[in-house]
Amino acid sequence: MSKINANFNLNKRRKIFGKTEVFTFKGGIHPDDMKGSTETKAIVDIEAPAELVFPLQQHIGAPAVPCVEVGQRVLMGQKIAEAGGFVSANIHSSVSGTVKAIEQRLHPSGTKVQSIVIENDGLNEVSDELIPLDEETVSPQEIIERVKAAGIVGMGGATFPTHVKLSPPADKKIDYVIINGAECEPYLTSDHRAMLETTDEVVRGLRLILKALAIKDGYIAVETNKQDAIAKLKSCVQSDADYNIKIVAVKTKYPQGSEKHLIKAVTGRSVPPGKLPMDVGVVVNNIDTCAAVARAVIQGKPLIRRIVTVSGDCIAEPLNFRVPIGTPFSHLVEKCGGFSKTAAKLIMGGPMMGVALSSVDVPVIKGSSGLLAFSEEMAKTQQTASCLRCGKCVSGCPMNLLPNVIKEAVCADDLEKLTKLNLGDCIQCGSCSYVCPAEQNPLQYVRTGKAKLARQEVKA
Amino acid sequence: MENLKEKLIVTESPHIRDGNTTGGIMLDVIIALMPALIAGVFVFGYRAAALAVVCVGACVFFEWAWCKIVKKQVSIGDFSAAVTGLLLAMNLPVTMPFWMAIVGSLFAIVIVKQFFGGIGHNFMNPALAARAFLLTSWAQAMTTWVQPFTKVAFFSNADAVSHATPLAQLAQNVDTVSQATSASDAAVAELPSYLDLFLGTTGGCIGEVSALAILIGAVYLICKRVISIKIPAAYILTVAALTFVFGGNDGLFSGDALYHVLSGGLMLGAFFMATDYVTTPYTPNGQIVFGIGCGILTAVIRLWGGYPEGVSYSILLMNVATPLIDKYTAPKRFGVVKEKKGDKKNA
Ligand code: SF4
Ligand code: SF4
Repeated sequence: MSKINANFNLNKRRKIFGKTEVFTFKGGIHPDDMKGSTETKAIVDIEAPAELVFPLQQHIGAPAVPCVEVGQRVLMGQKIAEAGGFVSANIHSSVSGTVKAIEQRLHPSGTKVQSIVIENDGLNEVSDELIPLDEETVSPQEIIERVKAAGIVGMGGATFPTHVKLSPPADKKIDYVIINGAECEPYLTSDHRAMLETTDEVVRGLRLILKALAIKDGYIAVETNKQDAIAKLKSCVQSDADYNIKIVAVKTKYPQGSEKHLIKAVTGRSVPPGKLPMDVGVVVNNIDTCAAVARAVIQGKPLIRRIVTVSGDCIAEPLNFRVPIGTPFSHLVEKCGGFSKTAAKLIMGGPMMGVALSSVDVPVIKGSSGLLAFSEEMAKTQQTASCLRCGKCVSGCPMNLLPNVIKEAVCADDLEKLTKLNLGDCIQCGSCSYVCPAEQNPLQYVRTGKAKLARQEVKA
Repeated sequence: MENLKEKLIVTESPHIRDGNTTGGIMLDVIIALMPALIAGVFVFGYRAAALAVVCVGACVFFEWAWCKIVKKQVSIGDFSAAVTGLLLAMNLPVTMPFWMAIVGSLFAIVIVKQFFGGIGHNFMNPALAARAFLLTSWAQAMTTWVQPFTKVAFFSNADAVSHATPLAQLAQNVDTVSQATSASDAAVAELPSYLDLFLGTTGGCIGEVSALAILIGAVYLICKRVISIKIPAAYILTVAALTFVFGGNDGLFSGDALYHVLSGGLMLGAFFMATDYVTTPYTPNGQIVFGIGCGILTAVIRLWGGYPEGVSYSILLMNVATPLIDKYTAPKRFGVVKEKKGDKKNA
């Protein structure tokens, strides 16, 4: 894709009737955003509990390798596990204390994973492993090194190691960085609060990311339901000779925050099937990730805390927390005043793409943007009925798939047909299952279909 | 922890739903049909309401009975049989004998719907198929129109005053116009006014007399996102355009498009029958193709066919073409761009 093409699309963002045009993509759905109970609540800092658990797998890629021993004293911010490869990330202790055990512990994904357990001594003694760097004189290479050393990963939930994104292969020319402030998942407000309360860090983080990639153009894309954040960000950025940073309002629609759809909305570029954002010259980062980059470089702080929204109909007082990573979710629930009614389902992340937890005693990890507690009432789905052929799943699918046809093909075990339905394009956004009036849950069949195709490939 | 279930529900995402159900949607359709039914009762009297009750009752009963006979789960709770019954009643003249209406209901539910596997599997709109079936079986009864606001006896249609529907009148006018201008002028003067058509004080089937009443229901369905405007808009605009271009007596571009749009079953068909989920395309582009196809067929039947009214047959024909339309209008894969087009834009 040529540069000229992108400029053409960017120039399209003209003013109509004095209002800035709002960009978006085709398809998608409009769930209730349910953010009212936490969006105006300032982030509350939470004290670490007595025991913290750090799974070695908190990111996409190889698990980290412990570099401490049982019984050893560690400081806050000290590296306790080393990246297990290029696509992997360091892990740091979020408290000072003693390594109690390195053993299998329950992970939010529901399986047991090798984890480092640390007993908090409450002294909060800080390690000086990472020294603050001067943001003016720091070199691109130093920034990337620091991001890697600080163990920063995508904090929107995908947890892809950030230093990998910042080191594109030489043949991929990057034109833009987009900071993803869409936060299109209902309930979640952690990015929203970060934009409001750590605006300066977000903007400085973006400048550092631009510097690391040696480019000028950066965008912060925010959904129109967060006007206060848009205004705050606008008041904090000024473009100068070095960087050209713009705040872009994108339509409030799910899944606006999907990388491919955000890129489409902001730059007009289309990421072809099977390709990555960097193939069209774009790098997308999450808001909190961006702020984490600023903290790592400017203050020498590794990634040891994150913002978590705790909400849902069973939470007595929904709040946004800044949480030391490794804290069990049960600790957050206590700080919210406990469950106000019987919780039947706990979700880490948003209600559309989050993971259902099998226990409340699993730790907050780098990708935990929220904890939702739903009652039986909220969690239940209606009875499955015959597909009405209503097409709601088709018009709602942001990837232009045919979820109803996929389901049919999976049920009929028609593998030949399945190969033509582009199952690999599915971004698991759940829109199809959300809108289906007959409770067909097409996404579940997409998953089954993918597994079937994979099995067939193995056989062939 | 307190107030936490021992065994948490662990299912894969997504964890929430929009709350729409088949039953809820069907109930909305029933609500949306009420204004048209009330208009029908107002114009034709209580027999219209009685006919609606008979059709709905019969359809629900046959659905229940069928499910019992073949021992499958009784599906009357989704209200789809009730909708079929109501739509069938809307498509009948008020003088229709009750027993014929019951036979029509049997045909709609058992032959058209359940023989093919029940809701979601039938390929034709049951109510419309039943209407077509009744029309071929009892053409006389199906085309006995009464003068609005005449009293219709409950069990006999002996004293029904036969009365041409507006479209039949219009067709006649077009035929006679070349013979005697003065005579046709007189006939034209007798045509119901636009206002009559809009408000619904004309002859016709129970549900199709008032465009206004149908529109009220349609707006409700569109606001509740039960139907999208795509099919009705494409349908009605196509009919309007074609009847305007080809429907006039004074050469091209002299047709009375508004008359065609407001009269006959077009409004009812476009908003309530051509939007039936099961028998229309699920792809967004396919829905537009479907609407245009219905429009072309309706205009052709009305202008050049033997029938004054072509809505039912048009929709039924397009129902049959639906799988084909779906096949060729599948949405384009996300992210695939035609390089050529992009380059042109750059220039
Ligand atoms: S098929 Fe996949 S991409 Fe499409 S709506 Fe369903 S989950 Fe989303
Ligand atoms: S939304 Fe559900 S009922 Fe409608 S076409 Fe898709 S799978 Fe069928």
